[in-house]
Formats: sequence, C-alpha cells, structure tokens
Amino acid sequence: MQEYLLSMKGISKSFSGVRVLDDVHLEVRPGTVHSLMGENGAGKSTLMKCLFGIYQKESGESFLNGKPFNFTDPKHALENGVSMVHQELNQVIQRTICDNIWLGRYPTKGLFVDEKKMRKDTLELFERINIKLDPATPLHRLSVAQRQMVEIAKAISYNAKIIVFDEPTSSLTEKEVDLLFKIIKLIKGQGVGVIYISHKMDEIFQISDDVTVLRDGKYIGTNSVENLTIDKLVNMMVGRDLEQRFPPKTNVPGDVYLSVRNVTTKYAPVVHDINFDLRKGEILGIAGLVGAGRTELMETLFGVRTKVSGEIFMSDKKIDNSTPHKAIRNHFAFLTEERRATGIYPMADITFNSTIANIDAYKNGIGFLQSGKMLSDTDKQIAAMRIKTPNKRELIRSLSGGNQQKVIIGRWLLTNPDVLLLDEPTRGIDVGAKFEIYQLIINLAASGKAVVVVSSEMPELIGITNRILVMSNGFMAGIVDTDKTDQTEIFHMATKYLNQTREAQE
Amino acid sequence: MTGTISKKFSGMTKDRVKDLLIQNAIVIVIFLIIVGIIIKQPAFLSANVFRNILTQSSVRLILAFGVGGIIIIQGTDLSLGRIVGFAAIISGSLLQRVDYASRFYPDMAPLPLIVPLLISCAACALVSGISGWVCAKYKIHPFLATLGMMITLYGVMSIYFASGAPGPQPIGGFDTRYTNFVIGSTLGIPNLVIYASIVSVVVWVLWNKTTFGKNLYAIGGNPEAAKVSGVNVAKTTILVFVFAGILYGIGGFLEAARIGSANNGTGYGYELDAIAACVVGGISFSGGIGKVSGAIVGVLMFTVISYGMTFIGMDQYFQYIIKGVIIVAAVALDAQKYIKKT
Repeated sequence: MQEYLLSMKGISKSFSGVRVLDDVHLEVRPGTVHSLMGENGAGKSTLMKCLFGIYQKESGESFLNGKPFNFTDPKHALENGVSMVHQELNQVIQRTICDNIWLGRYPTKGLFVDEKKMRKDTLELFERINIKLDPATPLHRLSVAQRQMVEIAKAISYNAKIIVFDEPTSSLTEKEVDLLFKIIKLIKGQGVGVIYISHKMDEIFQISDDVTVLRDGKYIGTNSVENLTIDKLVNMMVGRDLEQRFPPKTNVPGDVYLSVRNVTTKYAPVVHDINFDLRKGEILGIAGLVGAGRTELMETLFGVRTKVSGEIFMSDKKIDNSTPHKAIRNHFAFLTEERRATGIYPMADITFNSTIANIDAYKNGIGFLQSGKMLSDTDKQIAAMRIKTPNKRELIRSLSGGNQQKVIIGRWLLTNPDVLLLDEPTRGIDVGAKFEIYQLIINLAASGKAVVVVSSEMPELIGITNRILVMSNGFMAGIVDTDKTDQTEIFHMATKYLNQTREAQE
Repeated sequence: MTGTISKKFSGMTKDRVKDLLIQNAIVIVIFLIIVGIIIKQPAFLSANVFRNILTQSSVRLILAFGVGGIIIIQGTDLSLGRIVGFAAIISGSLLQRVDYASRFYPDMAPLPLIVPLLISCAACALVSGISGWVCAKYKIHPFLATLGMMITLYGVMSIYFASGAPGPQPIGGFDTRYTNFVIGSTLGIPNLVIYASIVSVVVWVLWNKTTFGKNLYAIGGNPEAAKVSGVNVAKTTILVFVFAGILYGIGGFLEAARIGSANNGTGYGYELDAIAACVVGGISFSGGIGKVSGAIVGVLMFTVISYGMTFIGMDQYFQYIIKGVIIVAAVALDAQKYIKKT
C-alpha cells in the first residue's frame, strides 16, 4: 500500500447519464514521473478534476500516502500537497514573482506584509529548483517558460507531494523544454510524484517512469516506460493499429500559382526575406520551432501583419494583400492557430459560423440576408465535411474540437478560395478526427487548390505535404522535398539561425 | 553600407522620439496648455494660485483614491457624487451654529466635530458596502450596481434633506469650529492640503504594504488566479467598496464646509471628475494597475487646467470641450502603450 504516493482506484463519474470515467485507476510512486496518456476526450482532464475536487467522483477510492482523501476544491488540494501547473498559466502578470507565489497567504508582521521574509523564502525556493530570477520582477517581463518556473516554485512552496503538469511544453522552445525537464528531474529526486500530461510521444519516452493510458473513459493499463514502444503506446491509446496514420497523397502539383518574393515584416516578431513558390494542387508544409515565425508568416501573407518590403504574385500578377479583407477578395483563406480564440464564435450556431466569412454572398437585392440559402449551404458543408452534429442550429461550442475545425474549414471553403493557409489544422483534435482532416486537406489539393500547412508535428508534415519550408528564428532556412528528407534534417535546419540576430544577418 | 547604417540609425532615433512623445503625450499637452495660460496671464505664476490649486485638489484627491481602488479591481463607481452629497448633508445638518435661524435640528446641542465625521463615514461605508456586496454576491458589474445605488441614494438623501425643521432648503450657517477646521490653515499650510496628504500616506501604505492592498491588485489583475490561490475575492471586493465609502464620507464632510452649504444636489457629477483624474493618472480600466502617485498627478493636472482656464476667463463651455477631449486622448494614448503592433 505504502508503495504508492497517490492511489486512485475504481474512479467513476457520469455527466447527465453518460459515463465519462468508468472504473479508472491511477497509482503514482514517489519520486517518479507518471505520464497520463489518451486521446482528447479519453477522460484525462476529468480524472484530474476528480483529483482536485473540481468534480466529485461517484465511486472509487483515493489515497494519499495511504490515507484516504476527498478534496473539496483546488485550494483544499493545494493545502494537502497536491498542485497543478496549468497549461494556461493562472497568474497575475502585473505583479511581481514574490506577490504571485505567496498570493493568498502573505506572511505578515503586525499589520503589514513582511516583504523581507517573502523575498528570502522565494530565493530559498528558487535555490531548491535551481532557477535564477529576481523575485521583484513583474511577471509580464518574463517569458512563458520563466512564468512556468514561477508556477512550479509556487507548487513546491506548498510542500507539494504531487504536482500535475498539464501539457507544460505546448508553448516552450526546445531549449526551455530541456530546462523544464531538468527541473522535473530535480523535484522528482526530492521525492515528489509528478503526473505528466502530454500528447508529445518523444517527451513521454524522455521523461516518464510509468505510463497510464485511458481510452473513452476506461482504464487501459499502466506500464513501465521500458516495456513500451511508440507503436504499442499508440495502439493502447487508439485501440487499433495506426499503420495508416496518413491517407495517400493523391494530389498532383501543377503550375506555379503563388509566388512570394523577399517578404519582410515591419513589427516584431519579424520574419525576414521570405521567398517561395506554391503550385496549384500542392501542399507546402511550414516547419520550425516555437517562435520561428511560422504563424507570423501566415499572418503576413493574409494581411494581418504589416509588410515592410516584398511582393506577392498570383499567376505572375502582383497582388495587394495588405488587409485580410483584400486577401479574401484575392481568394485566400486562413485557418488560424487558436481555434477557440480566433476561429469560432462559440455562442453562435453552426450556420452562423459556416457563413460568416462569406456573408456578402447571401445578400439579396435590397441588402437583406437570405437565410434559406445560408441554411442550405450549411447543410451542404455538414454533409461534405461529415460534421457530426444533431442539426445545423447547434451551438458550435457544443461540438468536439475535430468537428469545430471542420466547420471552420467549411466556412473558408464557402468563400471559394484558391490559396488555403492552414495554421496547425489538427491541434487539439484526436487521432481519429485527424485522419479525416488530413484526407480533407489532400482532397482540396487534389481539386487544384494551393495549400500551406503550418504544423509543430513533424510526422504530420512528412505525412501529408509535398514540400516543406523550414523557418528558423524568423529566417527561412530552406525548402526541402518531403520525399527526400527526414525529421533529423528538418530539425537541423530549424536550428540554423538560432543564434542569429538581425544585425548579423544584415 | 555606411549609408544604410546611418539611415537605420536615424530611423531608430525617429522611432524612439516618436515613442517618447506618445508615452508622455498627455503630460506634454497639459504642460503646453499651462504654458499657454501663463503667457496669457503671467499672474497665474503666483504662490496664491499655487495654494488655491492645491486646496481645490484636496477633496478631489481623497475621492479619487476611493474610486481608484474600485477601478483597480476592474470596476467603477457612479454613485460617488451622490454618496459625497449624502455625507455633506449629514455633516452639515449636524454642525450648524446654535444661533443660526433655520437649523435642521433646532434643539440639538453642539457636537464634537469627530461625531458627525464618524457618522458620515459610517453611513457612506454602509451605502458603498451594499454596492460592493451586490457586486460580489450577485456578480453584477459595479457600473450597474453603483448606477442603481446612485439613483436610490438620491431618493434617500432627498427625503432626509426635506425632513429637517426648516423643510427642503440649503443647509448653511455652519459652526465656526467646523469651518475653521476645514478651511483654516496650520503654519501657513491650508488644512485641506494637510488632510489630503495624510489620506495619501494612509492609502499608499494600505495599497502597497498590506495584505489587503496586495489582494486588491491581484483581484484586479486576474480574479481567477486570486481565487484559486485562496484569496477571498468577495470579502476583498466588499472591503474595497467600504474603504471607498469611508473616503467619500471624509470627502463629503470636508466639501460641505469648503462650499459653506449643502443640499441634495451637492456632489452631483463629482464621480466623473474623480474617474477622469484616475484615468489620466494611469489607473487602468483593465484592472490591476494604478498607483497613488498616478491619482495625485491626475487630480493635479485636472485642477490646474480647470483653474487656469477659468483664470484666463475662458468660456465655461469651451472648458468642457477641452476637458472631454483630454480624457479620451489620455485613455487612447495610454492604450497605445499596451497595443501590440502587427
């Protein structure tokens, strides 16, 4: 029994009659990193919410250090040594590191806050996990990685025995991930049990000791990482062999359609001197580390960012894409990276979400919108994209991530675009739905559209593109034929300009 | 090569100068207005004017601190003016000269000054605290909660105002102890300035050195983060309003004696001056940002301009136009600092 620091046994939970957790187990040994894996919707976050008392489990038992517990809320969990480093950091960025770490429990001396003690304690804390930051720095001056370190320090300051990391590396650079892993190893050495949630396979194998897999709310199994391979793990997660993770590339690139020449942006983060051609029916991948300027390049082509120099040609004719409105008129479409923030209108239905980018097309003679045509077009898109929804009046936020993404792609297709810019089209979408999105992208290219796909997942780029443009620190490191390259070469290119400053380049 | 570098260099300096101008534009504009006033009326540069400006700023500053705290927690307070008026009526009705003909309470013996002050503060703290409680408990935006309070309180204070022995007529004839306490001077310094300075120090300590202050900024910056860290958001919100009420109570007590009379219209519109001063002083409506020094600068700038414009005999309606433009310009320029260019 005492072998486990945290032990959750037979946990079940239902929402309005639907079982989202069904007899799930999670047992974490002290001083280990325990990865929790599963597709989106597998029940990982529900299980964590049951741990923190955000949800109350219906059945099952939880033990911490052999003692049964049942937290009433995250604060209660925190005080008992169970804390979480959230994916979206929950911090007061206007305030200092000190103020954030001791928020809610400031040490006082009489009527006043004891700033000296706070600073001393913070420095001691930082020493324990080997981070070097001035506690008086306001958080808005720190990078995301540094803010995450502060969050970890805060967790430790509560004498955490269990720390949950929810997709901690999603916005970190390669180097920052290394530092994070060093810290995780350090705290694990101090006896803390780490629960690690991530979709990135390489990280799982790099950092974990044990892995627990959930699928459709059910417990699939727990294995020591030595006994696992990527294939075996994927198999556990999806319940079927994913030999065929990508559909066949049936698209055939034709004539050059879009030419980008010497494009440089005006404001930071700057992309420098980008040149490429894109053919009809071609899928061009954009690879690069976080912060390499991939999204910024897309935004520049679509007129969201200001160009300081450079030209864009379409069929050898110069075009002006200085605003998104002009870009849309030039038959460009842009699927943004942050679906929730800049893609969907969550409180509106599927019909609104499908037709909004093309709303002018539904005006009748006197300027009123024709709802009949809007509804029939939405029906067509629901059928064509195989969107799973009860009806076209459903609010988009009640759909799964994959189906939301299909609605947004459908929205852009209604504008009849020739050039599709897709920024992380499969982010936050589960493996099954990813395949459908890949098929959709390849079909679009096969029908003659020119497609650009930005992705952080290297296998995805290699799986569906014809050529890959690699960005590095705002510069273009080169373009490679997908058939003649591999992940190693792309990774080397992506690090090419990492130490380059603008001055050095000029 | 050299050409490019020098071009780059001059470009950068140009950008930096532009940035500096934008960062400090509102101060520059106000400075220019003041210079204009001085050129038109050199007499503006005198110790007497300086003294008057400080005196006129005093009550405004105390009120600005109250609403400033509420703005820091992403709120605002429309009821400020009415609460000040309420305090002015209460204080005035309790501090009339014994020999004054139309006393509110004809048979009341003279009270020690501290009693009406405490009663005003308590009444205002209660009223403002109710708004705070409504905001915290029912998650209503302070704009709406205080809008309701502003209207309700006008009814309440008008009924009280009409209930006095002489009926609804301006309350005047204040006890000389009271007027001396407020408009007198100590060692050549106007008492009002001394009171405003004391309040400034207290507010500074409260905002910067206490748990309450740190929680205030935390709730304003990220209420969710404060909540999960165990800060009692509802309690702190109510306390912020209660503290604002106390400051309005002090402000109303001082204001009645400063003007020399009080009625149910006293204080009307003061909220807009106070909010405008906070905003010009950099207390941000997006929450979590704002300093005591900012409120002081904001209030002083506003008073200097209004006093100066009146000093050179500018038409009052023109003054409104200039003040209105300054408020919007201040906010727009402030926002420029945080907008990311793409």
